[in-house]
Amino acid sequence: MTAILEARGITRAFGPIRVLHGVDFSLIPGEVHALIGENGAGKSTTMKILGGYLAPTEGELLLDGRPVRFADQREAEDAGILMIHQEFNLALQLTVEENIFLGREKMRGPFLDKKAMREEARDLLARLDCHADPRTPIRDLSVPNRQMVEIARALGRNARVLIMDEPTAVLTARETDVLLEQIARLKAQGTAILYTSHKLDEIARIADRVTVLRDGAHITTRPAEGFSEHAMAETMVGRELSDLFPPKVPARDDVVLQVEGLTVPGRVRDASFTLRRGEVLGFAGLVGAGRTELMEGIVGLRPATGLVRVNGQTIKPNSVRAAREAGLVYLTEDRKEKGLLLTKSLTENLTLLALDRFGRIFIDKKAEDTALTNAISDFDIRVNDRDMLAGSLSGGNQQKLLLAKTMLAEPQIVIIDEPTRGIDIGTKQQIYEFIAALAAAGKSVIVVSSELTEVIGLADRVVVMGRGHIAGELSGDAITEDAILRRAMGVDELTGASA
Amino acid sequence: MTDTTAAPQATSRRRSLPLHVLGPVLALIALIVLGAMLNSNFLSYANVTNVLARSAFIGIIAVGMTFVITGGGIDLSVGSMAAFIAGVMIMAMNALIPTLGIGVPLVLAGMGVALLTGLAAGMLNGFLIAKVRIEAFIVTLGAMGVYRSLTTWLADGGTLSLDFDARTFYRPVYYDGILGIAWPIIVFALVAILGELAMRKTPFGRHCASLGANEQVAKYSAVKVDRVRMGTYVLLGVLVGVATIMYVPRLGSASGSTGVLWELEAIAAVIIGGTLLKGGFGRVWGTVIGVLILSLIDNILNLASIVSPYLNGTIQGVIVILAVVLQRQGKSAE
Repeated sequence: MTAILEARGITRAFGPIRVLHGVDFSLIPGEVHALIGENGAGKSTTMKILGGYLAPTEGELLLDGRPVRFADQREAEDAGILMIHQEFNLALQLTVEENIFLGREKMRGPFLDKKAMREEARDLLARLDCHADPRTPIRDLSVPNRQMVEIARALGRNARVLIMDEPTAVLTARETDVLLEQIARLKAQGTAILYTSHKLDEIARIADRVTVLRDGAHITTRPAEGFSEHAMAETMVGRELSDLFPPKVPARDDVVLQVEGLTVPGRVRDASFTLRRGEVLGFAGLVGAGRTELMEGIVGLRPATGLVRVNGQTIKPNSVRAAREAGLVYLTEDRKEKGLLLTKSLTENLTLLALDRFGRIFIDKKAEDTALTNAISDFDIRVNDRDMLAGSLSGGNQQKLLLAKTMLAEPQIVIIDEPTRGIDIGTKQQIYEFIAALAAAGKSVIVVSSELTEVIGLADRVVVMGRGHIAGELSGDAITEDAILRRAMGVDELTGASA
Repeated sequence: MTDTTAAPQATSRRRSLPLHVLGPVLALIALIVLGAMLNSNFLSYANVTNVLARSAFIGIIAVGMTFVITGGGIDLSVGSMAAFIAGVMIMAMNALIPTLGIGVPLVLAGMGVALLTGLAAGMLNGFLIAKVRIEAFIVTLGAMGVYRSLTTWLADGGTLSLDFDARTFYRPVYYDGILGIAWPIIVFALVAILGELAMRKTPFGRHCASLGANEQVAKYSAVKVDRVRMGTYVLLGVLVGVATIMYVPRLGSASGSTGVLWELEAIAAVIIGGTLLKGGFGRVWGTVIGVLILSLIDNILNLASIVSPYLNGTIQGVIVILAVVLQRQGKSAE
């Protein structure tokens, strides 16, 4: 079968910097073609060129075998090419149906045909197993549901080519299953799909062909069959990969953190747990189980009731500053919106949390500069220029900067929420090693993650949350995917089985 | 600013920075050259003192406004607030003459009243915005109406005048100075220098910018968001008090039309100076240049008869818009 959309030898340069070097890529109807590579390998640029957001500097695009040049993304959309972004393109104040039909509203005479749009929106969402009400404003929807609305929007436009930029980064395992089923259905209907993800198991499940990029260059394109996850990872990184997870170090006996009866109104009920020195404690659960809310309640970012003791001392509730001073810090899952000031310099980001360590009256700029130099080397942050803005760093490097910022406060207990979301495998490994090193140095770490392999690979003990309360605790060999999922969904509670 | 031999990879941002940074400075220099060419008295001691002393009121307020805007806020009430503070100060001083007599204690008491009134007004704005979480635009729009009307009411629709003897005693605070530099200019310079230091070198300045850039990030970084936001409005309120202290000895009176449109002039000066209206980045020295640009335009139009002084507002308006266009070019080049 011939390709709908094909890129031949595309190159892209931003100013003097070339980010793509002669990439070939083709999409065939009824095929899922995965594009994988580390952060900064050129995946986003390739997708943007295919989706009409960027023009290639050299090389050509062929649509149905004929050369095309999209003036903008709208022309690409008119040709049936739709891109679903990692950062959603939804108007938050508008409702689900208004977003789905934005720019191609159905009319009856001079007026909007709201009824027809609502019905079609409901149909589209039903096809995705999504039960969001079309009249809900986007800002009231959960992130996974927003993802579904994005996809419904593409479906409503009868996409021939669908470009998906890490669609599952924010989804749970169950939601991912629904999405993958939907992709299979679209594929059967003859849609060509470009799929990217850092989760290689998904790639192995749904891709027909896989293209690997490294440092902006095309490395290989081959059938997914017979291309193991391990081989994919090694091709991406360009070297042999040893074990992803470092060996676990046993925790000490003394308890450093005690949480008792913590309740975050409407989100978490009566959660109690302890954390020991040198321990890596995993927190697993479905999205919406209340893990992030519990952690935010503990460090004072959300109004909460209950007791939080650090080294036996009760800390002042609802004060991020008090928690920090007690040596307890939280590293957010949302690095772009809550973690880093994207429009500010690296230094200003690095020292913001621990600014009082850089002088009481005047900020010591020399000390700040030294801190940046140390952070860049300690955390292996790849910067082009020390004066660059945090927003210009790649996702993995942003995460490292956020880690460096958090560690500058010299915490005793670090809560890391989704430590490797949207991060390539090489950086992931570095972050895992860092977490293990922290624990070995006698610090205590809580890892909240939706990736079960991550929780299992890192933690000595796992607390499972479901529907706003702690549904169970597992340790040692009892930590398995099956055991975690059963508790997260409340299966064991119903049957009365115990750990 | 510091290293001109930047590494090649630092290209776009570095290259765009000079225009973005130097724009207001170049505009100021151009105005000075133009003024000197049009009128030989322009650079005279009397004219320079006059321009600078008159810019001091707006200038002192604009320094405070820089912090509010950098923190992602706005304050529309400062003009009315100045009128109200002037009214309260004059009434307090008149009422205190029988007890304190005419002299330094009376003037100090008046200054104290002005600073406290400014502090209270700033705290009220800050409280409603930071704690009650009402939009800054709404709170200060309301406060603008309230203070304007309170002043008119206090003056009973007319003018509040300071007692003649007290006024004669107080006048030198506007008209005198040390080493030939008028007091308003000295105070403005001090406020500007302290403001610049606070913005660039202190945690408060850094926290303001982080708050304006992204409040969530600031909150997650243990910045006491409410306190910092409140602090910007309190600082501005106090500075409005300082400006009023310098203003009252000039005319010795206050009425419902005192300080009209000062808020817009102050905001315009902040924006011309390169502070982002949406917050996240501010520079006090830029604001000082913005204030000087605005008052020089006024002065040149009055001295030279090429363009009618009535067109002052038009020219100032065009400059504000141009300044924002310039900012955007600087930004998009990033």
